[in-house]
Amino acid sequence: MDNNSDQSSVIDTDKPGPPLWLLAELTYRCPLHCAFCFNPIGFDKIENELDTAGWIKTLRQARELGSVQVGFSGGEPMLRQDLEEIVAEARSLGYYTNLLTSGVGLKPKRARALKDAGLDHVQLSFQDSTKELNDFLSNTKTYDLKKEVAAMIKDNDWPMVLNCVIHRMNIDYIDKIIELALDLGAETLELANTQFYSWAKLNRDSLLPSREQIDKAYAVTERYREKYADRIRIISVIPDYYENRPKKCMNGWGNVFLTITPDGTALPCHTAGMLPGLEFPNVKDHSISDIWYESEGFNRYRGKGWMKEPCRSCPEQEEDLGGCRCQAYMLTGDPAAADPVCDKSPHRGVIDEAVARAQNGDTAEAHPLVFRDPKASQRLSTGKDGADVLLPG
Amino acid sequence: MTIDTSTVVGIAPGLRLQHEKAQDSWVLLYPEGMVKLNQSAAEILQRCDGERDLSQVIELLEKDFEQTGLEADVLSFVKIAREQKWIKLLNAESKQQG
Repeated sequence: MDNNSDQSSVIDTDKPGPPLWLLAELTYRCPLHCAFCFNPIGFDKIENELDTAGWIKTLRQARELGSVQVGFSGGEPMLRQDLEEIVAEARSLGYYTNLLTSGVGLKPKRARALKDAGLDHVQLSFQDSTKELNDFLSNTKTYDLKKEVAAMIKDNDWPMVLNCVIHRMNIDYIDKIIELALDLGAETLELANTQFYSWAKLNRDSLLPSREQIDKAYAVTERYREKYADRIRIISVIPDYYENRPKKCMNGWGNVFLTITPDGTALPCHTAGMLPGLEFPNVKDHSISDIWYESEGFNRYRGKGWMKEPCRSCPEQEEDLGGCRCQAYMLTGDPAAADPVCDKSPHRGVIDEAVARAQNGDTAEAHPLVFRDPKASQRLSTGKDGADVLLPG
Repeated sequence: MTIDTSTVVGIAPGLRLQHEKAQDSWVLLYPEGMVKLNQSAAEILQRCDGERDLSQVIELLEKDFEQTGLEADVLSFVKIAREQKWIKLLNAESKQQG
């Protein structure tokens, strides 16, 4: 999931709107080992996945509140053998059902079962269009399989959205990525610039592109966008490190977006579990209504009441609501600080330093990529409940 | 394909039109997104069932809302909806072929 989704937003500081978007992270288990994964560093500590009945109860309660889009994500959601059952329930409740998958484990028979369950859409992630780089970045042999999965998506008349995470090592091949998407018949291509959380944060020096790379990729993308406007919709956003105002993260904390992690913990975004001093409720113990409207975890950074300077008196505070709480915490140590992407933040220097290293360009060799796998997870996580370790910015 | 009163219109594949109680409105759902429809858009799209042509859609709207002269408004909305890829256009022939 990214921040590109076109959601109608409901901004009302008195009474929050419903959690229109439900992200169901069915499992953290995954056959891939992507170096830019946004699952928590400590994912391997998470046990007790919510069972089928737990997911069905969650879907019913959220739907009752007004959730209408559901994304089944992970990890790799297809590792859940009850996926069809969960999808069927969601569809019958009236959700628009999205499967966000690497495609590993999808065979024609299972695709047909998911279609019969009422699955509305498959978003297929690609690490790159170049086989060698794809296998290197995801650390497994998956590229050929993805071509097969793309064909299955077409065979089942699903709309096809390809998602490719863009970073320093593949951004120069953006023309090839777009051509591959055209070749596979994707209707939408999301060029999702790496967001630097979790594993991507560990690997930031290897993944953050230079300004020149971004400018060149932007020009190439524009050319394709114009030429193939009838065939494909290309979504891309400049990485926030190269902006001077932060993103309006999740369209506002506790505004439209509700994530349920594999063990049933409810979060305002998929990385919020890293924030210190904040308890997030679990669907095993609380109703979705209590979680969304009453819990401290969801109310803490809602609206603007929590803001400090420079956000508190900023005339642009409505535009971005202070940016991302996780980024503020990771890079300044204070989750209530302004997102340091903002050039009004006294901590903007930490972003500028990272950008300067990216411009310098010789940092990747000094910091080899850390791939997301259970061993690295155990080694790197010292936080409680699999929370991320805070590494120096 | 040009749009006129003989055009048959349906919701585009992969999209879904439905009423949302929590939002008190009709919405059009598509992969990972949603458009909240205003009342006239919702009334038009509900009648675009992939069977009726636009002259029948217009006739139905005029009857249901006891109005006349809706043709220009409907055609201009359908053009916008097509640009947004919310709808598919069928001609009478392809409709018969199924």
